[in-house]
Amino acid sequence: MVTSAVITIEQLTGWLRRFQELVIKNQTELTELDSAIGDADHGINMARGMTAVINKLDGQHATHANDLFKTVAMTLVTSVGGASGPLYGTFFLRFAGSTGPAVELDTAALVTGLDAGLAGVIERGKAQPGDKSMVDALSPALEAMEAVMKNGGDLVAAATAGRDAAVAGRDATVPMVARKGRASYLGERSAGHMDPGAASVALLFEALSAELAG
Amino acid sequence: MKKLINDPQDVVAEALLGIEAARPEVRVDHANRIVYRRDTPKTGKVGLVSGGGSGHEPLHGGFVGLGMLDAACAGQIFTSPTPDQMLEATKGVDSGAGVLHIVKNYTGDVMNFDMAAELAAAETGITVEAVVVNDDVAVEDSLYTAGRRGVGVTVLLEKLVGAAAEEGRSLPDLVTLARTINDSGRSMGMALTSCTVPAAAKPTFELGEDEMELGIGIHGEPGRRRVALVGAREIAEQLMEPVLDDLDFTSSPVIVMLNGMGGTPLVELYLMYGEVAKITDQAGITVARNLVGNYITSLEMAGCSVTLLRADQELINLWDAPVNTAGLRWGI
Repeated sequence: MVTSAVITIEQLTGWLRRFQELVIKNQTELTELDSAIGDADHGINMARGMTAVINKLDGQHATHANDLFKTVAMTLVTSVGGASGPLYGTFFLRFAGSTGPAVELDTAALVTGLDAGLAGVIERGKAQPGDKSMVDALSPALEAMEAVMKNGGDLVAAATAGRDAAVAGRDATVPMVARKGRASYLGERSAGHMDPGAASVALLFEALSAELAG
Repeated sequence: MKKLINDPQDVVAEALLGIEAARPEVRVDHANRIVYRRDTPKTGKVGLVSGGGSGHEPLHGGFVGLGMLDAACAGQIFTSPTPDQMLEATKGVDSGAGVLHIVKNYTGDVMNFDMAAELAAAETGITVEAVVVNDDVAVEDSLYTAGRRGVGVTVLLEKLVGAAAEEGRSLPDLVTLARTINDSGRSMGMALTSCTVPAAAKPTFELGEDEMELGIGIHGEPGRRRVALVGAREIAEQLMEPVLDDLDFTSSPVIVMLNGMGGTPLVELYLMYGEVAKITDQAGITVARNLVGNYITSLEMAGCSVTLLRADQELINLWDAPVNTAGLRWGI
């Protein structure tokens, strides 16, 4: 078991690279989820957006967390489109605002940053837990990370708990009736399908956990 | 998938090259994927900016020109354009009289236009107002949905507000007019087939030979209900009933649009218009103007939508005013 007290700027970048790899690996599945209850583009759009992010990061060497995540946010906003662009963009923009010019984040700073991101997503998208959206994976993941932190668990343990909770939250969207986004137009017919936004959030936490586990 | 395309990733960019080559009344910013009216910004005129996912042609790029939009931002197929595009278009059409954003009520479009308005406020001194179109009676408007979608009324609103802007009316006047138009119109659509997003390469949903989808939007998303396929007369009734239940259309003349979803031939659209006209006659509705054709589409989807808009003499005058765009052209 790897133990660590902080996540470095290199690891934060590594997190984003792993997220891009996972999005590309799961691109077809994400788009298929979106075909069932949306407009069949979530995998395509997220793959395009995260690839643009990685290309951008390859061309510049960010040394501070706020610069890194502001670049991520603006690149996603300008390259993803749809609802996912402003939602993921707002998530990373608020994350950047929370971390400030840090060069590494301890568990508390990471969780605080992710929490600020979640608040931004809720503000932008107006979705609450239970509405069948990315909030249903984000919110439990953050709760799980906070619980581990309060019990004195380290960063790796927090990230692992966050990943597990995000996956469980993602799976819990299957029976939900959508109240936000295009899936809400289907009413009861949206039940029985996993929310694609919650599925991509689970990948974000899977990437974080994998990066910290080394 | 059989389509007249090269690489699926290049569809929107290459379509914009074609629009520029075909239409003398527009110029295209290819880097930002914006179709501009050639003579924008016009001194003293409020700039009208719309935009949305591609795949709904002629909406919105085909409605740029005299008497309609000043600029249209093109997103990827069925995907909202991004705030940087909308900001650029806003700057490009502002003559000092302000800019009106015409936004269809979809989660992505609304969020991206919101961010664009925030950026415009932070970076420029341009006064930006937005009107959100939500005319689709297939969606129950409640706290528990994203609200009614913007569909057919968008086309009529862009024409009418475009004519009013051409007269030199102020931004607050145009906002009031646009909201009145939105509140005065209703739409309902249906699909006989699904459609294929080029990058996805297969149909968004499957429909059996004996089925139709009632209450569809314009993004190939499934509708409210899947029901047995019936004849045109009954389809017209199923489309008109929720529209007429939702708003009284007997108290003033109306403009009717019978819109094709992209894959239905005109012979069927005119047949459907005939069925709709019978219903309006029976209901005591006076049809002052009508439009039959493909105006707000969903790629190659077969099907149609019907839109009714209450139109007093002021709106009818605006309707008759000259327009010169790829999608609508008269009076010039």
